[in-house]
Amino acid sequence: MSQQGYVATPPYSQAQAGMGAYPAGSNQHMYGHYGGPPQASFPPPAGSMKSPVSSSTPGMPPPPNHYNPNGQQNGSHPQSYPGAPAAPGAPAAPGAPAAPGAPAGYGHPLQSQYPSMGQQAPPPAKQLTNQMGAMNLGNYAPGPMQSPPTASPIAPQPFQPTPHPAMGQPPGPLGPHHPWGAGQCLVLQWQDLTCLVWACPTLDHLPQDPGASSSLVPDPIAQQATPRNQVSLGARWQGPDGRAQMAGGQMAGPQPGFPGAFPGPGMAGPPQKKLDPDSIPSPTQVIEDDQAKWGGQLYATNVRGQVPPLVTTDFTVQDQGNASPRFMRCTTSCLPCTADLAKQCQVPLAVIIKPFASLPENETPLYVVNHGETGPIRCNRCKAYMCPFMQFLDGGRRYQCGFCSCVNEVPVFYFQHLDHMGRRMDFYERPELSLGSYEFAATLDYCKNNKLANPPAYIFMIDVSFTNIKSGLVKLVCDELKTLLDNLPREDGAESSAVRVGFVTYNKILHFYNVKSSLAQPQMMVVSDTVEMFVPLLDGFLVSYPESRAVIHNLLEQIPDMFADTNESETVFAPVVQAGLEALKAAESSGKLFIFHSSIPTAEAPGKLKNRDDKKLINTDKEKTLFHPVKGLYEQLTKECVAQGCSVDLFLFPSQYLDLATMGHVPAHTGGSVYKYSNFQVETDGEHFLRDLRKDVEKSMGFDAIMRVRTSTGFRATDFLGAVYMSNTTDVEMAAVDCDKAVTVELKHDDALSEETGAFLQCALLYTTVGGQRRLRVHNLSLNCSAQLPELFKSCETDSLINFFAKTAYRAVLNQPLKSVKEILVSQTAHMLACYRKNCASPSAASQ
Amino acid sequence: MTTYQEFIQQNEDRDGVRFSWNLWPSSRLEATRLVVPVSCLFTPLKERPDLPPVQYEPVVCGRANCKAVLNPLCQVDFRAKIWACNFCFQRNPFPPSYAGISDVNQPAELMPQFSTIEYIVQRGPATPLIFLYVVDSCLEEEDLQALRESLQMSLSLLPPNALVGLITFGRMVQVHELSCEGIAKSYVFRGTKELSSKQIQEMLGLMKPAASGQQGRPIAPQDAAASCRFLQPVHRVDMNLTDLLGELQRDPWPVPQGKRPLRSTGVALSVAVGLLEGAFPNTGARVMLFTGGPPTQGPGMVVGDELKTPIRSWHDIQKDNARHLKKATKYFDALANRTADNGHSVDIYACALDQTGLLEMKCLSNLTGGHIVMGDSFNTSLFKQTFQRVFSKDFNGEFRMAFGGTLEVKTSRELKVSGAIGPCVSLNAKGPSVSENEMGIGGTSQWKVCSLNPSTTLALFFEVVNQHNAPIPQGGRGAIQFVTQYQHSNTQRRIRVTTVARNWADAQSQIQHIESSFDQEASAVLMARLGVFRAESEEGPDVLRWLDRQLIRLCQKFGQFNKDDPTSFKLSESLSLYPQFMFHLRRSPFLQVFNNSPDESSYYRHHFVRQDLTQSLIMVQPMLYSYSFHGPPEPVLLDSGSILPDRILLMDTFFQLVIYHGETIAQWRKAGYQEMAEYENFKQLLQAPLDDAQEILQTRFPMPRYVDTDHGGSQARFLLSKVNPSQTHNNSNGWTQEPGAPILTDDVSLQVFMDHLKKLAVSSST
Repeated sequence: MSQQGYVATPPYSQAQAGMGAYPAGSNQHMYGHYGGPPQASFPPPAGSMKSPVSSSTPGMPPPPNHYNPNGQQNGSHPQSYPGAPAAPGAPAAPGAPAAPGAPAGYGHPLQSQYPSMGQQAPPPAKQLTNQMGAMNLGNYAPGPMQSPPTASPIAPQPFQPTPHPAMGQPPGPLGPHHPWGAGQCLVLQWQDLTCLVWACPTLDHLPQDPGASSSLVPDPIAQQATPRNQVSLGARWQGPDGRAQMAGGQMAGPQPGFPGAFPGPGMAGPPQKKLDPDSIPSPTQVIEDDQAKWGGQLYATNVRGQVPPLVTTDFTVQDQGNASPRFMRCTTSCLPCTADLAKQCQVPLAVIIKPFASLPENETPLYVVNHGETGPIRCNRCKAYMCPFMQFLDGGRRYQCGFCSCVNEVPVFYFQHLDHMGRRMDFYERPELSLGSYEFAATLDYCKNNKLANPPAYIFMIDVSFTNIKSGLVKLVCDELKTLLDNLPREDGAESSAVRVGFVTYNKILHFYNVKSSLAQPQMMVVSDTVEMFVPLLDGFLVSYPESRAVIHNLLEQIPDMFADTNESETVFAPVVQAGLEALKAAESSGKLFIFHSSIPTAEAPGKLKNRDDKKLINTDKEKTLFHPVKGLYEQLTKECVAQGCSVDLFLFPSQYLDLATMGHVPAHTGGSVYKYSNFQVETDGEHFLRDLRKDVEKSMGFDAIMRVRTSTGFRATDFLGAVYMSNTTDVEMAAVDCDKAVTVELKHDDALSEETGAFLQCALLYTTVGGQRRLRVHNLSLNCSAQLPELFKSCETDSLINFFAKTAYRAVLNQPLKSVKEILVSQTAHMLACYRKNCASPSAASQ
Repeated sequence: MTTYQEFIQQNEDRDGVRFSWNLWPSSRLEATRLVVPVSCLFTPLKERPDLPPVQYEPVVCGRANCKAVLNPLCQVDFRAKIWACNFCFQRNPFPPSYAGISDVNQPAELMPQFSTIEYIVQRGPATPLIFLYVVDSCLEEEDLQALRESLQMSLSLLPPNALVGLITFGRMVQVHELSCEGIAKSYVFRGTKELSSKQIQEMLGLMKPAASGQQGRPIAPQDAAASCRFLQPVHRVDMNLTDLLGELQRDPWPVPQGKRPLRSTGVALSVAVGLLEGAFPNTGARVMLFTGGPPTQGPGMVVGDELKTPIRSWHDIQKDNARHLKKATKYFDALANRTADNGHSVDIYACALDQTGLLEMKCLSNLTGGHIVMGDSFNTSLFKQTFQRVFSKDFNGEFRMAFGGTLEVKTSRELKVSGAIGPCVSLNAKGPSVSENEMGIGGTSQWKVCSLNPSTTLALFFEVVNQHNAPIPQGGRGAIQFVTQYQHSNTQRRIRVTTVARNWADAQSQIQHIESSFDQEASAVLMARLGVFRAESEEGPDVLRWLDRQLIRLCQKFGQFNKDDPTSFKLSESLSLYPQFMFHLRRSPFLQVFNNSPDESSYYRHHFVRQDLTQSLIMVQPMLYSYSFHGPPEPVLLDSGSILPDRILLMDTFFQLVIYHGETIAQWRKAGYQEMAEYENFKQLLQAPLDDAQEILQTRFPMPRYVDTDHGGSQARFLLSKVNPSQTHNNSNGWTQEPGAPILTDDVSLQVFMDHLKKLAVSSST
């Protein structure tokens, strides 16, 4: 492990392609921007950059890899497409092979264009794997993740069967890729990187005009990927140029994580004119190596600043004082001591937190600690929760907070003597003293309005307009729900789920159903007032499934028939969300809406959208407006949803433009997900959709969550990225958070950090369980600090880095032209690698 | 020569008309000097078992602004086949169908006994009646159960082809779809949002057909199809609706401690009105509102939902402290006008111990001819039987209800009509017979009465416009024609025409005759209606002062007295009872709000302005019967002196029926003498008032509150508050041997009232 640092990916060569795309000027500019050093030191790279353009090399095999893959790291990287949660049915049909098993969710085909790569250097070495996979913290769901790696090292290639002649030209290559074939569906999962990258906005867009859109989407990623690669190569590598984009394309695909470790010895190699493709570390190989090293092993979290195994690796975590990497992962587990150093190395400091990561069965679930009526013990000054970083003093009468250094009295009931090591005698009996992750039972003070929380509710809202009826979707959903509702998430150990369910159908107007258990027949209540939505009933709308099973079945049986001869094709959308929200408000509970929607909401109602897909804007400065949600109502709606703890999951079945940029706004900020199945057909996409639905309904969740990240002095959390809502700068509000959602937190220095004490992070998440209990989930992580860059680079973790880059890039896409987003990614990566080479790699001969 | 008494009675029986004066003063000046205006109580649909309707169209005068109907007062030239209109003197030829007319072959409408005649006419397709139930679901379970049963029962009373609909409301308003199979479906409206009729129809999915509703053409086929989801023939949805009513749940929204349930009465009514308005304009339809409390939210809100804020009282209103009053009244007024425009009517069945906002909602019924029924609970026989009686049938087996009536009044030239007071709205029909002086609802010669029953009675006021210097020839007669068009409950359109005439008299020379033609009962009721009408808009004391002044002027005009000598004052027989009526009227709940809630006042006034003369008179001066061993039951004075220990009293105030057992009788009854065989006569005595009461209970609508009490019982207050307090705690001390019961009150007695009246009447200064 120790080796892991930075991964140099083979793809460099390809990466260049992207460069080609850029106007020469821009390249230059970038370089200039970075400052002298890089240029000076790596003249070659510079050259290479340019050259690629011209060369577009068909022939360009990747440069010889300088890297010798050494040992573990540099070998060819197996491409694990781990991440690829690509939906099975996924679009990527082409890609599909890569991740056959992977259920996951992004349907995004990453199709990249890897073409050249493929051809030229089919070998693993070339592949840029898509980092996406890596992005996930912790391991991916073990199942899917793993399998792919083996299967598909080369997977990406398939995407592009034909090498693109014009490698260099983005447009060209891109075009073909267009993922959106009919029947493809896209699943966006906010949490994943991927998703981020693919970002909703593009989604809509894409389908419509593949050509154009494709460029939009993939590009950003591609870019980032490429640059990174290049750089990692040591910047020195020249050749492979044009392919960069292709690489990008791949990224999209399952991106093999760069397994982080690359800095093999090879790094040291002196710059060479030509890279030896074979010596370029292969992500696939790195992943395989890591798997070989850690697979099935026990990873104990007792050491500060350890670099965890790759996310693709199947390992077992034993919590010994730090949160499992499944919950928290840092871009580097060794922070630079000073802000200057951080600036110099250009390695972003961030921690990716996935508070509800699902744990494999052989790992212990979190303990719940109850400190009684007074609530959890917290530092008086910074309010950090009791954790292993608290130092007990004075024989146990006082403790010093590890975060703010404040000395606090130990409450009487909590007093315990210390042993000879200065540890409390009950160290092993109290999870909050010995473990990195645990939960507190929250008291009334932690509840909304000082009222105990109610169990959450799931509301199923089905669009019964003509399209959905005709496609058979309504029947499919209704049939599925009959069995699916038995599997609602439940509290550990609970006999049945406390989650209540409710049903709404709608087209231009909404139909609520009273499914009270005492009724012989369900009752339908029609609300046509979409301007001021309200919930027509309370009692009987949200019911316990087991109690009302008969009535619900009766209802689900009838819904498809009731609307069988509908000819209503207009729909509303905002009022539907509003209705769900109002229902939850009325029931005073949090919950989740599952909306099965077919078309752009054009009916006369609030939130009416119009087709604003304008192809002319593509590749212009105004392109970003396509990704922007329509202002106003939806933002307000989002705010209200978050306040109520109402998460929105969208299942979309469009046959044309939908303005997903806007419709996706609510899910994007309420911890929801968007699934998209273009031109849905039951025969071809049904199973895919059902699998997504099942997973979505069954997965464990927390509701109405507020997260706060506390840090020890010297640095702090400054930015939060993810499907979250921020009403101020510190509290991360999430209407819901599930096992797939992650928040990327950017860290910045306030002051110098000490190597000796290291750095601590505590993430506290207050939420409501599916059983309606209010809890605090606490994850603690300690990091090393170092003034030595090599230390830092050694501890870098590519999985997390890519996650960070992707998320920031996604955000940037909304504000800047794609071109500049790409440029920034490239330059930052280049700079980072340059720094590495300068400070760490130079002593030995740089092999690449 | 028959007496005026008989004449009046005859006229009432035949035409349903009672005039204040049966000889009319021949000039405007004289008419105003008579104090009581020339006016009448007219009962348009008075039951006439002996009057078979004729099956043809009436013959009308050809003059465009006359259109009077051929009647027995017309001059007819049988040979020329020409008739002269007795209102405008236009000469009209008979229509061809009257070709066979001759001296001996006269059509019914020319025969004197058919001064009232009814025509059945064919106008447009027959439309079924519509009954739309608007049901409050914020009731106590017990009440709701009773209401459910009453409603289910009512389905069997409706004509089978009648359309029926159901709206329930609580916090939300639900319009139930009746046609759907399987799943019960309803459209829900938020109870706080005011909606226009168009919005309502859109939300219900009832798109307006292109044709304008101007023509009153109800039910275009697609129209019916669209709305039939909500309004279905009873025979088709009988079972469905019975089940629906059976499953009717209490409003499911929780009501926190200290709050009233949220009741969206305002929106519910507007939805009901909107539904009918769009689909069935100008068709006979009843919206029947069943409510158990005041509207507490949305438009029409009468009181907030905080229990600690009590609903407005007269005190609050006088202090201008009733927050929602104006807004709510305005809202319901507007709604009532819309309803009336569409010819629908609204019934309000309000059953609650507290007020339910009748004050604000009264217009809905007052303007549309709907019923108001007020009770304590739906689970009382008062409500149940009253409701059942809404669907009572006449001797022909037809419902005693008629819809969409318009009443048109035509007068001969010397008269104009000043206005009407009753359950009607103005149709704003200007014409030659419309007076500029308005009394009641004036400025028109036509009124719309959306719903009528045989007892619905309107007061009509006239102005004599003949100038003083244009004498009317001796023997001249003034004529008035009432034309009432309506939809019979069997869906036929009918027209009833009543034509009456009275002689003119010169007030200077024939004042005696005029005096003796005075109908004091009718006059009392007519003046009372004017008083009540004023009381709706004016302060109570002003109205009383106005009434007093009128009474004094009347006494001055017709009394015989020596100036400044009260003892010499005398009134002729035809006026003798009038002051007493006025005395009781002043004390009645129609003008006195003390001890009555605003709702009760509205309720009493509502009934007062629509009942016929007999009932109205009972309301003004309750009837008191005495039962004793001394003789057969006899009416006695409504006076505290009539309250004797050995009597049983039966008082009928229209709204209450009180049986009061005198002290001795009560003791006997307590002792159980009636159980003993030897006291059979006592048992009979006890039974007699019960039987009489039963008889009244059987026929009256709405059913009166029935009170059976004893001397000293708390409910005896009903009696004690009505009788003339001739003995009070103030004056009874020295008079212990005087029979009767002293009343604890500071109210003046009739005696004191009369003394003052005489004094003022004879005083030269007034």
